[in-house]
Amino acid sequence: MAELMQSPAVLMPGAMTVGTTCLAVWDTGPVTAVMPYRGRSSGLAAAMQAAHGLGWPDANRVSQAGATLCVWSGLDQAMLVGVVPDPALVGHAALVDQSDSWAAVTLDGAEAADVLARLVPVDLRAQAFPVGYAARTQLGHMPVILCRPADAVLRIMVFRSMAETLLHELKEAMSGVAARGKG
Amino acid sequence: MILTGKGRIDRSKDIGFRFDGRAMVGAPGDTLASALMANDVCLVGRSFKYHRPRGVLTAGSEEPNALVTVGQGAAAMPNTRATMQELYDGLVAQSQNRWPSLDWDVLAVNDLAAPFLGAGFYYKTFMWPRAFWERVYEPVIRRAAGLGALSGAPNPDRYERAFAWCDVLVVGGGPSGLMAALTAARGGADVIVCDEAARFGGRLVYETDNIGGQPGVDWADCIVSELAGMDNVRLMPRTAVTGSYDGGTYGALERVALHRADPGEAPLECHWRIVASRCVLCAGALERPIAFANNDRPGIMMASAVRAYVNHWGVAPAGSMAVFGATDDIYRTARDLRAAGVDVAAVIDSRTAPRDEGRTNAREFPVYQGAVVCDATGGRRGLREITLRLADGQQERLAVGGLAMNGGWSPSVHLTSHCGARPIWNAELASFVPGADAVPDQSVAGAAAGAFSTAACLQQGITAGNQALLALGRSAQAVTAPEAEDAPYYVQAIWSVPGKGRAWLDFQNDVTVKDVGQAAAENFVSVEHMKRYTTQGMATDQGKNSNTAALAVLAEATGGTIPGTGTTTFRPPYVPVPIVAYAAGAEGRGFAPERRIPSFARARREGAALTEAGLWHRPSYFPQRGETHWRQSCDREVQMVRNSVGICDVTTLGKIDIQGPDAAAFLDFVYANTFSTLKEGRVRYGLMLREDGFVMDDGTTARLGPQHYLMTTTTAAAGQVMRHLEWVHQGLRPQMDLRFISVTEQWAQFAVAGPRARDVLAGLVKEPLDMQGWPFMSCGAVTVAGQAGRLFRISFSGELGFEIAVPARFGAALYDRLLDRAQDFGGGAYGMEALNVMRIEKGFLTHADIHGRVTAADVGLGRMVSRKKDCIGQTMAHRPGLLEDRQELVGLRPLGAVKQLIAGAHLFAATGPVTPDTDQGYLTSACYSPTLETSLALGFLRNGRARHGETVRMIDHLRGIEAICTVTDPVAFDPDGGRMRG
Repeated sequence: MAELMQSPAVLMPGAMTVGTTCLAVWDTGPVTAVMPYRGRSSGLAAAMQAAHGLGWPDANRVSQAGATLCVWSGLDQAMLVGVVPDPALVGHAALVDQSDSWAAVTLDGAEAADVLARLVPVDLRAQAFPVGYAARTQLGHMPVILCRPADAVLRIMVFRSMAETLLHELKEAMSGVAARGKG
Repeated sequence: MILTGKGRIDRSKDIGFRFDGRAMVGAPGDTLASALMANDVCLVGRSFKYHRPRGVLTAGSEEPNALVTVGQGAAAMPNTRATMQELYDGLVAQSQNRWPSLDWDVLAVNDLAAPFLGAGFYYKTFMWPRAFWERVYEPVIRRAAGLGALSGAPNPDRYERAFAWCDVLVVGGGPSGLMAALTAARGGADVIVCDEAARFGGRLVYETDNIGGQPGVDWADCIVSELAGMDNVRLMPRTAVTGSYDGGTYGALERVALHRADPGEAPLECHWRIVASRCVLCAGALERPIAFANNDRPGIMMASAVRAYVNHWGVAPAGSMAVFGATDDIYRTARDLRAAGVDVAAVIDSRTAPRDEGRTNAREFPVYQGAVVCDATGGRRGLREITLRLADGQQERLAVGGLAMNGGWSPSVHLTSHCGARPIWNAELASFVPGADAVPDQSVAGAAAGAFSTAACLQQGITAGNQALLALGRSAQAVTAPEAEDAPYYVQAIWSVPGKGRAWLDFQNDVTVKDVGQAAAENFVSVEHMKRYTTQGMATDQGKNSNTAALAVLAEATGGTIPGTGTTTFRPPYVPVPIVAYAAGAEGRGFAPERRIPSFARARREGAALTEAGLWHRPSYFPQRGETHWRQSCDREVQMVRNSVGICDVTTLGKIDIQGPDAAAFLDFVYANTFSTLKEGRVRYGLMLREDGFVMDDGTTARLGPQHYLMTTTTAAAGQVMRHLEWVHQGLRPQMDLRFISVTEQWAQFAVAGPRARDVLAGLVKEPLDMQGWPFMSCGAVTVAGQAGRLFRISFSGELGFEIAVPARFGAALYDRLLDRAQDFGGGAYGMEALNVMRIEKGFLTHADIHGRVTAADVGLGRMVSRKKDCIGQTMAHRPGLLEDRQELVGLRPLGAVKQLIAGAHLFAATGPVTPDTDQGYLTSACYSPTLETSLALGFLRNGRARHGETVRMIDHLRGIEAICTVTDPVAFDPDGGRMRG
């Protein structure tokens, strides 16, 4: 029997640029919710370090090793992104596949934070939300995970079902910001 | 009139615009108000109540008179202040509150009836008959009185909301604000400077003073360019800070593109929420008018506004003017007028003694010391003559075309009062000034703090900037204030000039000195009562230039003091904020996220009618060729499922993955029934109660492993259940070792229901689905077209049913396969309508029935509340009042001629009176059952379980429908469940 076709989480061809900001699909690869059991955080951190080369992130932080990220996403919860969790993690934490739960995009450009300032009630100034920071917040009316992997880059993860609305909101905000420069 | 060669804007370039249909020409840099003045338009509007002719009074956001509608059709913006509207090419403005034209306004007859229309007139006159107020009087009065109107059509313009953060927010970009911003910015703080004008500089833009040896306006430009070059400064012109809120949050309204002929994609306005560690308020001060008879004639203006129009815009209201006031500003005004070539007929100084002798040459213009203006005459088009009352009581008439007035200055204390603090009376300044520490982390500098000389403003700005730096843990900066005007401020308060005739306090609401006296006479002696009685201080200007005088007049009328009388409460917003700016982006598609199911594209392609359920857009039915009514599609889909097979996307049901050593114990605690006894590979229906013992939600929970469960919730309650679980775990059972997370989005899930369900799945699922391996309420891992999936043998239709789940990325493809296979067996897709009909036939519950006010016993599931263990809601479910004499779940069928059953209708005895006392229950779900060929309903009836077979009356009082029903068991179809178990 023929295999099932995959549908992309974000229906957008590659990337689009409005003004100085580029919106692109972020292909996360595998995403796993890692949730350490009571008293197992340090064991988990050690296992993660050994297997994936990164530690357990503090609240509102991202730990990173190459293309592998671990993004804090709540109390006793982080998203391991870009790698299938090593079996050594089992036992330390509940591991739940979230690869299909999230639609993810990247905003890139000097005005990326200005675009999100239309939608996200979080201080994204470089001094308040520097590289390596993450936030669980809202974008418009949608719950999102935000992180900043590089200076002018912001990454957004939203529930897969809301991907269309995410694109709509971002495009509106991008065109509004871009149009200001043309006064 | 244009003062040729005067002013700082370039009048050699033309900008065309229209006012009331007349084509006119202005210049770049004009506001609509200055452009109208350049075109000799003196009359710009009609007053609110008496339809008196009115002209421009001010040059700022406090303008009460010059309100116009800008734009046309749905994009028209009513109540635009002409003083704030920058001119652009092609601007179209209309005057308001007049008919048929501004010059000839029929309702000006109101002005002749003024003796009868004083404050309180409407309240007293239109009291009887009571019902007439809403239907007759109010609509008529509303049409006669008022400001501009909206078109009623959806607004096509774009607006925006945004957030900003900073270390120091400087409100106002005048001399104090610029110095505060410069100081804070040089100290390394992140600074935002907002000014409501298009250009920074505050009064410096409009005055002729020098600062540090150069014109003040040039000095301001130098500071602004230094600030603009700093990375840590954000300059926000055209931005009015509208409110102080808790936690250092400030609201602000930015006019982004209101000044552009073509905004393009840019928003017209943006409503900002700015969060600042510190705020320096440099909002300046507002000049007060003086109340004398007919002081509202077009051509009578604030002195500061006259200077602005003359010095900056190079226009004047008339070629011959007088100046009247109570501070030295009158001499400044007279000098500026003279320098611009305007004839100054008189300077009327109401103070008893002169204070400006050193700088005034009395020979320049006649000065009347200790005199007042007591009347003004003129036509619609402007002022002709003023009457002076001299110090010796003699009256003298003077022909002038314009009058500049100055009753002193009131610091703009508004933003210091939004968090509850009251301003403090300063007798020397005859003004309210901000109280100390009125708003946490906010300081006040310059005129807003009562410092009225330029030098004091500059110095206070530096001091406030340094205070902010120190509070932020930064070091103070050595900034030196340049040399500037430092004249003392000397005012002898003059609120109103005694005499006959109406003397206007509040121009926008047509409130006179007499009205305030009338309020006091009728015992509305509190300032808040006076405000409501007279309407003083209401509407778009919120009494910015009338509040102080009005309460001073009230104090005099009641024999009280001004500080004893006090101010009314200052509330945000400082300037009007369009609702559309607050709500920007939240209309249309921005109202709520649109959650799409995996089968969305296919459903839309097939023309499914969509309905919203908990933000999800789900197909309600799939119309086929020839079907013109939803019932036809729904009936067909029900029969299709009952006879062959149907496919339904049920991804939207909440799914929560629960793991850990204490997962079973936790479920026993949150569910009324027991889950620790559930075997692996099995599914159980669960009922969840709230703390108060009422039903919260239901669903099935599967045991996937020894410490691994998968809970499902109803679509609409998914978020609520997740939040409840978090609360119970974090708050009530933190010692329990388990973790859970929503996997709703991870798994696409489809119901395959009907006698041919196995046939559909057989070709897709690798594992055999025989009765032995997959009995009713079993679950397990399966391989679906090569992908790892999950299968649950559960049924919400009452038919043989499965729900099959795969990772969401495969959802669309799996749905296609399922549908194609179902069609081979005469099946197809079914939607929410058919799903609802089938569950009503089966007596299965949704939140229509478990609506938050029913117990487990009410819905016939009382025995599920296990008494062998504790669970949330167990104790409260057994309290008195929840056990006896309850309305219980029943089924209902029509018995008489009327077959229609309606959810929401109420139940009464078959005969007897119909009153609230005899109400016995209500219907929660109703449908037509094509299976049983009858209407069916579920509802709650007092002691209903014992009344099966009885006859009751259903009454829908809203629609006037009454039907005789028979009471039945809630399960109408296949009561022993043979079809779904088989």
